Amino acid sequence: MSVFRSIVFTAAAAGLLVGLTVTGLQQVRAVPLILKAEVYEQKAEAAPAAPAALAPHAHEPGVAPHSHAESAAPHEHGAAWQPAEGFQRNAFTALFNVVTWIGFGLGLAGLMVIARRPATWREGLIWGLGGFAALTLAPSIGLPPELPGMPAADVVARQFWWVGAALSTAMGLGLIALTRAPLPCIAGALLLVAPHLVGAPQPPTAESAVPDAMARDFVTAVMVSAFVSWALLGALTGFFLNRFRGSESEA
Amino acid sequence: MQQSSVASHVPAIKASAVLQAAFAVLLGVMLVGFTGFAHVEAVHNAAHDTRHASGFPCH
Repeated sequence: MSVFRSIVFTAAAAGLLVGLTVTGLQQVRAVPLILKAEVYEQKAEAAPAAPAALAPHAHEPGVAPHSHAESAAPHEHGAAWQPAEGFQRNAFTALFNVVTWIGFGLGLAGLMVIARRPATWREGLIWGLGGFAALTLAPSIGLPPELPGMPAADVVARQFWWVGAALSTAMGLGLIALTRAPLPCIAGALLLVAPHLVGAPQPPTAESAVPDAMARDFVTAVMVSAFVSWALLGALTGFFLNRFRGSESEA
Repeated sequence: MQQSSVASHVPAIKASAVLQAAFAVLLGVMLVGFTGFAHVEAVHNAAHDTRHASGFPCH
């Protein structure tokens, strides 16, 4: 089997299993919290002239005049298509979870092959934990997982920082784990801390439509399901890569 | 199975293996970019819960 095909088969098998598993895990805690948060979000949306939202308020000196209509506006779905509540919505969540985890699987398996690592579930598990560190933990340090209705900075700025933090952490871990010379290891350590020295784009206001306790529960729920998923993806990627590539894996 | 043919082409396979693996990584980045980061409104709406529950930045 060609290298590309073996990686695609590995990622498809591992991604499908993890995507379905994570969909199940999310139904326990994260998705119910999203639905509950949307009730708060819609309440805030329905009462734009509510005293709390538009009342004149004092800012600390130095805060520029700004429009709350923009910064605290709940997201507009406009007239664009959206899935029907219930089964259709959850089916799309499952589909997008599977596609996302196949994507993560392609990255993980591809990098393991490029780094010429042995294809075993043990090795894969370690890579999966690296994936958790780079794509869940590092971005979450600056941008904790958010519920709908929570204040947040501009989405493009957050996406930019998120991707930067993930790439920087992945390269940092790679340099430290795969090289032995001191210079690349120092560069790796710097890459690990760099995104947090730069700092993530912060929300323009601390006022949130969602209670703090729910927000905290949500962060825990997302971290737990992501941790289990990455560990599982790593182990399965190593396992399937071994199956599909067999003794070729050292070639 | 393919052992003998693989063994006789080892240098060629090594070079192209990296290229093929790199292409797989690129494909993975594109998939995650689509599900987690695309700005198309309908994609955002369909992927909404996935994005929130995966810790991707959303709206």
